[in-house]
Amino acid sequence: MCRMSSESPVVADRATLLRRLRHVLPAHCLLVEDEDLRPYECDGLTAYREMPLAVCLPENEGQVVDVLRTCHQLGVPVVARGAGTGLSGGAMPHAEGVVLSLARFNRILKVDRDSRSAVVQPGVRNLAVSEAAAPYGLYYAPDPSSQIACTIGGNVAENSGGVHCLKYGLTVHNVLRLRVVSIEGEIFEIGSAAPDSPGYDLLALLIGSEGLLGVVTEVTVKLVPKPELAQVVMASFDDVAQAGDAVAAIIAAGIIPAGLEMMDKPATAAVEPFVKAGYDLDAAAILLCESDGTPEEVAEEIARVRAVLTGCGARDLRVSQSEAERLRFWAGRKAAFPAVGRITPDYYCMDGTIPRKRLAEMLAAIAAMERKYGLRCANVFHAGDGNLHPLIMYDMSLPGDWDKAEAFGAEILELSVALGGSITGEHGVGIEKIKQMCVQYATPELETFHAVKAAFDEKRLLNPEKAVPSLHRCAEYGRMHVHRGELKFPDLERF
Amino acid sequence: MTRDEIVAAIRAAHAGRTPLRLRGAGSKDFYGGLLAGEVLDLSGHRGIVAYEPTELYLTAKCGTPLAEIEAALAEHGQMLAFEPPHFSANLTVDRQIPAKTGATLGGCLAAGLAGPRRMQAGAVRDFVLGVTLVDGRGQVLDFGGRVMKNVAGYDVSRLIAGSLGTLGVIAEATLKVLPKPVAETTLAFACAADEAVRRLNDWGAQPLPLSAAFWHDGRLLLRLSGAAAAVEAARRRLGGELTVDAEKTWISVREQTHPAFAATPLWRVALPSTAPALAVDGLSAIEWGGALRWYAGDIDAAAIRAAATAAGGHATLYRAPESLRCRVDPFTPLAPALLALHRRLKQVFDPAGILNPGRLYAEF
Repeated sequence: MCRMSSESPVVADRATLLRRLRHVLPAHCLLVEDEDLRPYECDGLTAYREMPLAVCLPENEGQVVDVLRTCHQLGVPVVARGAGTGLSGGAMPHAEGVVLSLARFNRILKVDRDSRSAVVQPGVRNLAVSEAAAPYGLYYAPDPSSQIACTIGGNVAENSGGVHCLKYGLTVHNVLRLRVVSIEGEIFEIGSAAPDSPGYDLLALLIGSEGLLGVVTEVTVKLVPKPELAQVVMASFDDVAQAGDAVAAIIAAGIIPAGLEMMDKPATAAVEPFVKAGYDLDAAAILLCESDGTPEEVAEEIARVRAVLTGCGARDLRVSQSEAERLRFWAGRKAAFPAVGRITPDYYCMDGTIPRKRLAEMLAAIAAMERKYGLRCANVFHAGDGNLHPLIMYDMSLPGDWDKAEAFGAEILELSVALGGSITGEHGVGIEKIKQMCVQYATPELETFHAVKAAFDEKRLLNPEKAVPSLHRCAEYGRMHVHRGELKFPDLERF
Repeated sequence: MTRDEIVAAIRAAHAGRTPLRLRGAGSKDFYGGLLAGEVLDLSGHRGIVAYEPTELYLTAKCGTPLAEIEAALAEHGQMLAFEPPHFSANLTVDRQIPAKTGATLGGCLAAGLAGPRRMQAGAVRDFVLGVTLVDGRGQVLDFGGRVMKNVAGYDVSRLIAGSLGTLGVIAEATLKVLPKPVAETTLAFACAADEAVRRLNDWGAQPLPLSAAFWHDGRLLLRLSGAAAAVEAARRRLGGELTVDAEKTWISVREQTHPAFAATPLWRVALPSTAPALAVDGLSAIEWGGALRWYAGDIDAAAIRAAATAAGGHATLYRAPESLRCRVDPFTPLAPALLALHRRLKQVFDPAGILNPGRLYAEF
């Protein structure tokens, strides 16, 4: 890094910034040395890195307000950060900005059985909420696979899902209230423990806004009663199209399973030696279908699921007979990412969503892309809600391999849009999918997003250049949304 | 009516700064601020555009009656899980426009009012997957989509739910739909209001298939929905008395034709479900596990607002004679920081301020 050389204007700005930050933060809450900043240079998407000017680690809301006011006055970008487990580069620092880590906001303030809610600070880990609620027979439903590490604040920023969201919803369905600090340092609360807050549903707008609209300092989450029993049916199929049809057949039978996941052969092959889940390695695809509820309810649903899966040509069916076995069936799915990480130097995880009925088509297209790019891909799939996670395997140390992986991923995302889906189901756009936003949305929608951003953050200091691409960037990308046949970007010069 | 005609009407109104009053069937003319502006009748923009039962979504134009949508869903054993009111009995509120067929999809989303199943299934916005919006400049904007999970861009489609037509015309919307429960039964308990609230919260924290609750005049009705075995097991565990003709009662609660909703002024008070009774007379009904309470009669507006706010909730002047509606804001006033945000968002979607002015807040 050449930042320490003494003459450039950036250094002068940085010196002012650090002086001002030292006024509002104690020394142990401000990181400025390169070796301290290094761990913050990326999030879970390690292919994109940037060093920030400083990292702020406030310990109370007053300090958050002061940091934001300071940055607002100086025009310095702010990137809020939880545990840094995000997969789209949403928490990647800005080279001329600060990282605002909420890691020290790690207290669970209240767990209340009767109102089935918990008040937590944003740096609390997802799983810690369910652990705190467990003595009351309650839990927090959204369970991203990273739940042992990811924070509630990060979940709010990304509107995180998990393997149970078909039945229990995403973060947006499970958060009741947010306390937010604006970039100008103003505190506001949206939502409440009472339903239907007056005015616009700003909770819906803030959740999933990827840190572009405000900094969350407190979250009230909904807790739900832990089901008495959960059981998983594991079904093997000789053909992925058959497995896809089975997913539709389960829904058509009026069943909304607690979880409905699919893994293809490369995924089970990667996982099985790692977790010994007992997966059928000869199957082209396996389905995991979870039922939860009272013992009577589960027995009834499992019987119906078995009948549907058998009718769809499942060649082998197993039902978990104990909680240990259920967890083992799931362990493979939850460990799919690290397992693939063991068989390849690097992997790139995609997050497109498609209508369930297009699954076989998508998998065939991905197989063709594997040949086209000369890279392998394992597929794990939140089949119940159409959210696909292809894991593209590559080697960062081989010249050109990352570029191929990135192009492979972009093609999957753009196909997701073409098939009637979305470029991201739960990981967010961040910096990673910013170009594909140009494919999913046309100019008027992107302009509206920018205007919404300006309503909260006129100077565009919160997480700039993430989530919503500039129109200029879309023009440069050159692969734009075809929207009702209208001419795109009529006001922009063409390339 | 085509979408192009909606666009043309809005562009003309935008150019002429003509306030518009967006209207479907008019079943919720009573709700929100006083009606103002030239009527833009959207009931003719109707029809189901797409429905795929195995993809769990339905797309329809805004003027489509909920009754038509629910009939299509019922053919496949599915439903709108938030159980929206149709308010078919309300159609005489505005006599200038003849009665139609009950609430439309557009009005349902704009008002954001859910029915009894809200306590189990969620709010209207929880089921919104995408909208095609015609904003206050006449721009056609597509947000969200038809898939269950989509976090690309701000979630404008859910923001639109409950915005009372102040941000745009919901020309078309896609909703998540769900299978109807296999079994449903209703139990009745004799108890006072405080006891009803206590029991509902206690049951709510247990894994029981509760799908609706309604207390009125010393009687608590509890609906159980789900797998047959689960409903039966819960029934045995909870006791109470089995009721007959319960479906009619739940429709009367959803439609608010039940006597509990008859008196005016009628206040809709949303509270944390555990909130103790407010120090206000006139409690007429309790719904949603204790979180929704209805108060009727001549109640001091400032007193009920203050009591609801102190209890962590908010009070809406829901149905009232015009003499009262012109003096009292329908919705609890917003904190200054939030009001400023609302104004800026309104400016984004409707810079000329022509869409349903004053319907949500007098300030915009």
